Amino acid sequence: MSQSTYNPFDMEVHPPRLYPAYKSTVLRAPTQPLVLLKQSLAELSGPVFGDYNLGEFDHDLTKNSIKNGEPLGERIVVHGTVFNENGQPIPHTLIEIWQANSCGRYVHKVDQHDAPLDPNFLGAGHCMTDANGNYKFYTIKPGAYPWGNHYNAWRPNHIHFSLFGVNITNRLVTQMYFPGDPLLEHDPIFLAVPPKGRDLLISKFDLGATEPDFALGYRFDFVLRGHSATPFEKL
Amino acid sequence: MLKQTPSQTVGPYFAYGLTPEQYLYDYKSLAQNDLVTSDEEHIVILGRVFDGEENVIPDAMLEIWDNQNNLFGRFGTGTEKDKSFVFKTKKPLSMEGNAPFLSVILFMRGQLIHSYTRIYFSDEVKNATDEVLSRIDNARRETLIAQKKENYYLFDIYMQGDKETVFFDI
Repeated sequence: MSQSTYNPFDMEVHPPRLYPAYKSTVLRAPTQPLVLLKQSLAELSGPVFGDYNLGEFDHDLTKNSIKNGEPLGERIVVHGTVFNENGQPIPHTLIEIWQANSCGRYVHKVDQHDAPLDPNFLGAGHCMTDANGNYKFYTIKPGAYPWGNHYNAWRPNHIHFSLFGVNITNRLVTQMYFPGDPLLEHDPIFLAVPPKGRDLLISKFDLGATEPDFALGYRFDFVLRGHSATPFEKL
Repeated sequence: MLKQTPSQTVGPYFAYGLTPEQYLYDYKSLAQNDLVTSDEEHIVILGRVFDGEENVIPDAMLEIWDNQNNLFGRFGTGTEKDKSFVFKTKKPLSMEGNAPFLSVILFMRGQLIHSYTRIYFSDEVKNATDEVLSRIDNARRETLIAQKKENYYLFDIYMQGDKETVFFDI
């Protein structure tokens, strides 16, 4: 038998809690040092979503909320593999995504940006990784949009991702960006990530995943916290 | 070793993706805040999340995890009149002689990486000898303990200030 301990967040790549250029962190980031917790069964377990019956089009945002036609914008395929730091793929784990439409407008009721909504695009989807840790979504490339952080602030094109992994230490919410986006170097949310981590948030154009006459492909892999197995009993 | 994928904020617009039914969007929710069937014995936990100026945060999302009962809940703070969160769940069980607790994962705009905390319960005698609680200064220990009221437990979360909740590095 062995007991696994999951590695801590790697702060060489994760953003700090307080990053004043992203103004909302100033009143919302914890100020006291975190209390180190020995991982117990509560931390070394997590919800399993394997039993959920996903709908046929839950992974296809170009089809999952059609009302009277096709959603507008550039169709894309986003795919990749979920690994842990040890390089092991993570099968059958839930991935949820949400995003703005091609005009940079979110369906969310508090989004006040006056770009048009698309009646045929909700912008939410989910899927499970397969037995080899792979996932695939079809969607519409999201547009950039303005936000109130500072004068003339615009978010780069991005898709929000939520992942569970194998236990609650693995929980990850992040954003996937697109290669060559000129807004990245002006975005404090992206720039809060230390330089060493930034490329890890930018998807790669993938001609192999591009579907002829249909959609451009992008690859985006995830790496969740891994473990060091400590044998405490000889087999 | 591969490098971990960096965290980014959940942002203000998660509701139609992560908590759609709660916010009345036409999409299926994979997790809810009511984790029991109507006739099961249960508890109700509610509270609000406050920022560094003690303003109520109306766009946070909490997840709770109870490994022994295998219950996972999720709720956003944007739909109740007073911007509280509410969970209806089973009372967790004591593990290895320690006090019972729920694990909490907290997300919000303005958090670049999520926060972990725990909900303990004020009517548990085992709090006094709990391995985790007993390592925390008296002054801050109370921030982890939901206060029993007539028919619910109150658990407010403070991100900063004198009442700042204890957050864990797990």
